[in-house]
Amino acid sequence: MATETQTLNPVETDLRDLATSVVSRAMKSGATAAEAVVREGSEFSTVVRMGEVETLKESGSRAIGLRTFLGQRAASTYSSDFSKDGIDRLISGALELARVTSEDVFSGIPEPDQLGSLQGDLKLYYDDVYSLPPDERIDYARRAERAALEADPRMKNSDGGSFDAATGHKVLANSHGFVGEFRRSYCSVSAAPIAQDENGNMQRDYWFALARTMSKLESAESVGREAARRTLRRLGSRKIASTQVPIVLDPMVAGSILDNIFDAVNGDAIYRQSSFLANKLGEQVAAGNITVVDDGTMPGGFGTEPFDGEGVPTRRTVVIENGVLKSYLLNTYTAKKLGLKTTGNASRGLAGTPGIGSGNFYLQNGDHTPQQIIGNIKQGLYVFQFLGFGVNMVTGDFSRGVSGLWIENGELTYPVEEVTVAGNLKDMMNNISEIGNDLEFRGSTAAPTLRIDGMMVAGE
Amino acid sequence: MTQNQNLFFQKFGITPNDLQRYLGEALSAGGDYADLYFEYLTSTSISVDESIVKSASQGISAGCGVRVLAGERTGYAYTDDLAPEKILRAARTAALIARGPAKSPIEGFKENLNHQLYPIASPSADADISAKLDLVMRADRAARAYDPRVVQVRAGYFDEIRQILVIGSDGTFATDVQPMARFSVSCIAKSAESSSKGAAGGGGRVGMDFFLTDKTPEHFAQDAARQAIIQLDAVEAPAGEMEVVLGPGWPGILLHEAIGHGLEADFNRKGTSAFSGMLGKRVASDKCTVVDNGTLPSRRGSINVDDEGSPTQNTVLIEKGILKGYLSDKLSARLMGMPDTGNGRRESYAHIPMPRMTNTYMLAGDDSPEDIIRSVKRGVYAVNFGGGQVDITNGKFVFSASEAYLIENGHVTAPLKNCTLIGNGPDALTKVSMVGNDLQLDEGVGTCGKDGQSVPVGVGIPTLKLDSMTVGGTAR
Repeated sequence: MATETQTLNPVETDLRDLATSVVSRAMKSGATAAEAVVREGSEFSTVVRMGEVETLKESGSRAIGLRTFLGQRAASTYSSDFSKDGIDRLISGALELARVTSEDVFSGIPEPDQLGSLQGDLKLYYDDVYSLPPDERIDYARRAERAALEADPRMKNSDGGSFDAATGHKVLANSHGFVGEFRRSYCSVSAAPIAQDENGNMQRDYWFALARTMSKLESAESVGREAARRTLRRLGSRKIASTQVPIVLDPMVAGSILDNIFDAVNGDAIYRQSSFLANKLGEQVAAGNITVVDDGTMPGGFGTEPFDGEGVPTRRTVVIENGVLKSYLLNTYTAKKLGLKTTGNASRGLAGTPGIGSGNFYLQNGDHTPQQIIGNIKQGLYVFQFLGFGVNMVTGDFSRGVSGLWIENGELTYPVEEVTVAGNLKDMMNNISEIGNDLEFRGSTAAPTLRIDGMMVAGE
Repeated sequence: MTQNQNLFFQKFGITPNDLQRYLGEALSAGGDYADLYFEYLTSTSISVDESIVKSASQGISAGCGVRVLAGERTGYAYTDDLAPEKILRAARTAALIARGPAKSPIEGFKENLNHQLYPIASPSADADISAKLDLVMRADRAARAYDPRVVQVRAGYFDEIRQILVIGSDGTFATDVQPMARFSVSCIAKSAESSSKGAAGGGGRVGMDFFLTDKTPEHFAQDAARQAIIQLDAVEAPAGEMEVVLGPGWPGILLHEAIGHGLEADFNRKGTSAFSGMLGKRVASDKCTVVDNGTLPSRRGSINVDDEGSPTQNTVLIEKGILKGYLSDKLSARLMGMPDTGNGRRESYAHIPMPRMTNTYMLAGDDSPEDIIRSVKRGVYAVNFGGGQVDITNGKFVFSASEAYLIENGHVTAPLKNCTLIGNGPDALTKVSMVGNDLQLDEGVGTCGKDGQSVPVGVGIPTLKLDSMTVGGTAR
C-alpha cells in the first residue's frame, strides 16, 4: 500500500460567487425570484475484511441547483457541469420549465425578514477528519473488526470493519439578497461481524460510532466489542408463539419510532391530510410522559445547520409536550398552506420544491434505567431490530418484522427472530408506559429505551 | 460510431489514446484489472399535486469512476469533471490499492455485440414537457373521477436517459444508451369513519409514448384510487402462521427478498449468506424454477450490458427446486472461478459495482389461480406490496402487504389492514405447494437498495400458494 497523503480537494471555484451570480443572472433573464444552492464535498471510505483491505474509495464532487419563479409558477434545474455552457443551460432550463407549471398562490421564497443564519461556532466542521495518514485510517477499520472477531471464539466471519470521513460545503443564495454558507465534517467507524453456533447457523449484527471530529470519535476497539456483543446475543434465535406482551425497544429501534413521529408531523403530510396526526394540534396524542423536541441549533449536532434549506434560521421547536401536540414541522410553503409560520425545517435537495427535514429530533429522557424497565416486566419482548417498512402514515397501522430477546421474570433470556410486532401508532404513542434515561445521539434522530404495551406479537 | 461514443468522444473530447492512458495510470502500481465508467445522465420530472403542477425539474449529472482490482481489494475514485487531468488524478488515487510494478492494459479495445433491448432514445426526448404535463393532469382527473371519497391525488412522471461508456484493461469496450420512464400515482381517500391510501405506478426502459398507448395515466390512477377505496373498509389482519396465496406480478418481491439477495455472489464468496455452500441442494419445492433475466425487452430491470460492460443474460437460479447458480460480477467470477453472469451493477459513476439482480421471476406452473384460492380454508390472499427487506446472514425476510384479503373456505372475503409477512429464505420456497399458470411481471416500479446503492429491478411470479407463512397482523 502506498502511503501518499493526498486528499482530493475540489474546492477551486468560489462557491459563494457562483451561487450569487447564478441568482442575479436568473433575475436578469426574467425570473421574479430565484434561489441557488451549491454543494461541494469530499469523501474517504475504507472497508477491511478478515484483516485485509477490501475497498478504498476517495473522491470529491460538486453540484448546483437552481429554483426560479415566474410570478407564482416555479421550476428547478440542477447540474454537475460548472462550465459556462452548463451554467447557461441551468438558468435557461429553469426559466423555460417555469413557463409550463401552474400558478400556485402559496409558492415563493421566504419573506426577507424571515431570512438569516445562526451566529457563532456551531462546531460542525473540523478538518481533522482527514488528519490520519491513509494507513492509519485503514488501521482504524482493521482494529474495529479485530476487536469484534477476537471477542469470542464463535466470531467466525465478518462483513468487515470500516472507517469513513467526509466533508461538505454548502452555499445558499436567493434574490432577497440572502447568502449563507457552512461547512460540515464527519468521521465514523463500524464493525459488522458474523457469529456461528455449533449447528452452523450464522448471525450478523453491527455497531458504529460517528463524530464531527476525530477527537470525539469512539475507539475502534469499543465499537468492535459492542458489535460482537450485539451479534453473539442473537445466536440460537428461535420463533415464538403469537402472543400479546409488553415490548421494550432498545434506543436504536426506538429511534425509528421517532422517525415515524417525524413523518407524522411533517407539514407536507399534514396539509395533504395524509398523516394520522393531521388536525390534532393542541390535542393529547401521546402519553403524558412524552415530550418530543426538534432542535436544529445544538452545537455539534448531527442535525444542526445555521439555516434551513430556504435560508431561514434553524430553531428549537417543542413538537409534543407532555403528550400534547404543540407544533408541526414546517417550511415556507406548508406554513402558508396551513396558515402558520415556518419552523425553519425546509430541506432542499438540488432539485424540486423544498421538503421538510428534521434538526436534532429526539424524545426526552425519562427516569428509568433500561434495566429497571426490563426488570418490571414478567413476560415481554426486548426488540433490537426492525425489519421492513410496514408503517402506514395515513392510518398509523404498524406491522414490522423484529428480532430481539425474550423477557422472563424481569430478565433477558433467549433470542427471538422471525416474528412481527403490530399495532397502530396512535395507540402505541399513548401506550409508552416507561421511558429510559439513556438518550444518546448517533445521528440526527434519537430516543431512549421505551416500553410500549398492548402490541401483538405474531409468530408460530 | 454510436451516439454514445459521439457524446464522450466529441462533447468531452476524449480519444481512444486518452482511454489507454487512463487505464495505464490506473495500473501504475500493479493490480489485476482496471476499468473506467463514464456516465452522462439527464433527467426530467414533473408532478401534479392538488390538481395543479406545482413543480417541474430537469437535471444533468456527469462523471467518471475509476476502479482498480488487486486480489480481493478494490480501489475506487471518481470525478464529476471529465477534464483529462481530473480523470488521471482519479486513476492515480484508485491505483493506491495495489502495490507492485506497473502493469499495462491490453492494447486496443474490442466491443461486444450488444443486445438491443430498448429503443435508442433520442437525447432530446426531453423536448416536449407539455405532453408530459398532460399525462399527469389526466391521472389527476381519472383518480378523482373514480370515487368522490378520493380527496387527495398526486401523480408524477419521471424520465431519464443514461449514456455510459465502460472500458477495461482486458480490452472491454461497451457503450449503451439506457432510457427509463416511470409514472406514479398516489391517492388519499376519506370516509366518515376512516382514511386510507392507495398507490400505483409503472414504466420501464421505454419512451413517453408508452403511457399513451400501453399503460395510460388512467390505468395507474384508477388502480391507485381503487386500492384506497378498498382500504377504507379494511379489517384487522390475522396474526400467526397460516396459508398464504400471493397474486401474480409484483408480489414476486418474495423471490427478490427470500432468495435473490442471498444468491448474489459477493455474499457467497465471503460465506456470509444463509445460502452459502448450498449449490446443488434443495431450496424450494420441485414446482419452483426461478431465473434472473436481464434481457427482457423494455423491462425496468433490463440492460444491454451491465455496468462493467458485460452482456446481460438469463441465469437459472433455481431449477425444479434445486439451487443452480449465483449472480456474479467480474470480481466474484474471477475469485470464485465461476462465469460472470453480467450482474455487475452500480447506482452511478460515484459507486463501486457489485452483483445485483435484474428481473427476477418464477416460471409459470400448471395450477389455475381459481383452484389455488379454492384450496385454502383460512388464509391470506396478498396482491400488492410495499417494500421488503432481508437479513442475508440469517435468511429472515419480510415484505409488507398493502392490498390483501382474507380467504375463508375457498373464497376471497374482507380486505385486510396493512400487514407484514415474515419468513426464512432457505425454506420459504419449500412451502410452495401450488404454482399458477398466470406468470406476470410487475408494472415497473421496483428499486432495490444494497449497501446504500439503488438500482432499478423487476420481479414476477404466477399466483403462488405457500402452505405456511407468518402473517403479522393484530387479530388473534
